[in-house]
Amino acid sequence: MTNKTILPTEHCETCPAFAQLEQMGIKVGDFDRVVALAGNPNTGKSTLFNTLTGLKQHTGNWPGKTVTRAEGGYQFNGVKYKLVDLPGTYSLLSASQDEEVARDFILFGQPNCTIVVTDATALERNLNLVLQVMEITDKVVVAINLMDEARRKGLEVDARSLSRDLGVPAIPITARSGEGVATLLSTIADVIEGKITVKPMRVEGTPEFQKAVNELVPMIESLAPGIPNARWLAIRLLDGDARVQKAITSGELGGIVARQGQADVQFSKKISVEGRQ
Amino acid sequence: MNPNEIISKAESLRNNLSTGFRDEIVKSIYSEAEKVAQRAVKTASDKKYDFDQKIDRLVTSPWTGLPIMLILLGIIIWLTVSGANVVSAAIANLLFSLGDLGRNFFNSLGFIPWWITGFIWDGVYLALAWVISVMLPPMAIFFPAFTFLEDLGYLPRVAFNLDWLFKKTGAHGKQSLTMAMGFGCNAAGVVATRVIDSPRERLIAILTNNFVPCNGRFPTLIMLATVFVASAFPAALTSFIAAGTVVGVVLIGVAFTFLMSWLLSRTVLKGEASAFTLELPPYRKPNFGRILYTSLIDRTIFVLWRAMQTAAPAGAIIWILANIPIGDANLARAIADWLNPFGLLLGLDGVILLAYIIAIPANEIVVPTMMMVYMGAGTMVNGPGTSAGIYDLLVHGNGWTLLTAINLMLFALLHNPCATTIMTIYKETKSWKWATVSVVITLGVAFLVTFLTASIARLFGWV
Repeated sequence: MTNKTILPTEHCETCPAFAQLEQMGIKVGDFDRVVALAGNPNTGKSTLFNTLTGLKQHTGNWPGKTVTRAEGGYQFNGVKYKLVDLPGTYSLLSASQDEEVARDFILFGQPNCTIVVTDATALERNLNLVLQVMEITDKVVVAINLMDEARRKGLEVDARSLSRDLGVPAIPITARSGEGVATLLSTIADVIEGKITVKPMRVEGTPEFQKAVNELVPMIESLAPGIPNARWLAIRLLDGDARVQKAITSGELGGIVARQGQADVQFSKKISVEGRQ
Repeated sequence: MNPNEIISKAESLRNNLSTGFRDEIVKSIYSEAEKVAQRAVKTASDKKYDFDQKIDRLVTSPWTGLPIMLILLGIIIWLTVSGANVVSAAIANLLFSLGDLGRNFFNSLGFIPWWITGFIWDGVYLALAWVISVMLPPMAIFFPAFTFLEDLGYLPRVAFNLDWLFKKTGAHGKQSLTMAMGFGCNAAGVVATRVIDSPRERLIAILTNNFVPCNGRFPTLIMLATVFVASAFPAALTSFIAAGTVVGVVLIGVAFTFLMSWLLSRTVLKGEASAFTLELPPYRKPNFGRILYTSLIDRTIFVLWRAMQTAAPAGAIIWILANIPIGDANLARAIADWLNPFGLLLGLDGVILLAYIIAIPANEIVVPTMMMVYMGAGTMVNGPGTSAGIYDLLVHGNGWTLLTAINLMLFALLHNPCATTIMTIYKETKSWKWATVSVVITLGVAFLVTFLTASIARLFGWV
């Protein structure tokens, strides 16, 4: 597959950013950053994936279309990104196999940034997942997709209010037409580089619960120094999550951290090779 | 820090927490989401967007939902049948005359031995020509139509309509989604079962997926329905009768899906159907470029290419078998004769079974393979791709009856999954046991049903 440079569209004639999107298809051999695409089923993750990578991942208008991970690449402002399209999921707590693929990647695949694609016409339900993803990782960008449908339904979505409340950027887009995609890409870059500070809203829970979490976090951190989502792991351990227990006893966790410095994120490759799918 | 210490610490902490701590978290996530969403979303105008709902009331109503589904299925199959017939015959004529040209060219060169010419043109090439002319046209019509409905958002409505039926059989309502994917490709349908949470219901969906005919098997059904069933009616009605027959066969397949799901969930896979929520997504304007790409490149060419890969060696094997003389017959005939009694028991014949055995890796090519055995080394007189030509060959030349055609349709509908699907079942279940079970169930049902129809037909003296 040859690299294609997208020409500026009419929405964005003067916008330098969009001209610098280069679809890289499946050529993801060496990439600088890993970006995950999460979201509820049927919110247009695969459509956004196709828009960015130039690939032709099947899309279909029914929840559950994507049951495995798809990987593709794009280049933006000279930086190469690997984009991982995850199966749609309503929550990160459930155990069906497609949802586990999504959760395992966000948790153990260590993406540099996770885009949570949301449906602008059903924002409330979609935000449940956003809040859960923000429990796991700070580096979150919310893409408010299907803005065209929302407008047709007469809905007005205030992205600023959403960003303020969530503590992470929320960008209105229409993946099908490419509207807002340039802004989304530059926001992702800024979040990864730390130019945009994120302060994700966290659900606190009861005081006794917080105390229990606070007791576990240092233990997890001493097992795997530098682990970024110890808090979430602690919560999952309190919940008796077998997958997380296994990651701790098998030494998998230490492995992630040991390799964390490496640019190519070995672990995400390992998962993709073993195919937890 | 010892990992096990962490686990046991977590256990002890959990015991001290009030039991509802998890519910508390979930509850606060929901209430936060609600608050944030309320602040961000405004219904700016009182523009009504209830067009979707009006349509949904119609297509998911208990009264009109199922008939609309049947009508849509009928339209798609009718389009496929009536479009494919003409094109199939044209492609067949073109490819077969190209084959004649090639054979003549080889002969005219003079130095090429007869067996090379025969192996290439009457073996490999002929098999490829049959597969392309029988399979390509129906797929090139069916896949875009199916993908159109998928893009539009109709599939979840199908799941909604069939949910109560699946629930009654003890299976998961989402099985109708995986069943629908099975019409495209059973292997894809098996992979799609990942959307089903419960392992028990997922297994049921996997084991029964093969009872809906995949796109590879549709052409067989269409050809047999057109040549045998519809030919008894006036020409003007042909395409409608043929489409109706195929719809009937599909419905039999769906009935077996329900029956087998019910049997499985009452015996080896006992359990209750689990509840689930299914979103009915808004209808979306399909993207025609994407539909054509997905349906023609990803699906049609993919399935056709796979069939061609099996057809070429199958053609070679048949040619070799047909050219090893045994007495005054050949090996292919001898094997077919040997299989014949068993074939007749099922209302089929020995040649069909031989073709079926040769075509095991991709059993959608059974009909092309079978045609080659019937034709032997000779060529067809009456225009190979036309219904009349096929009818002549099978009925007058090889003693087919309506029962043979119907039983072959039933056999094609019910028989074991193709090699790719069996491998996919193994990969998804990680168990040879279930992969084997899927073969045993389908093959058992296929034998039983064809045996019963043949026996009944003979008992009543219909054939």
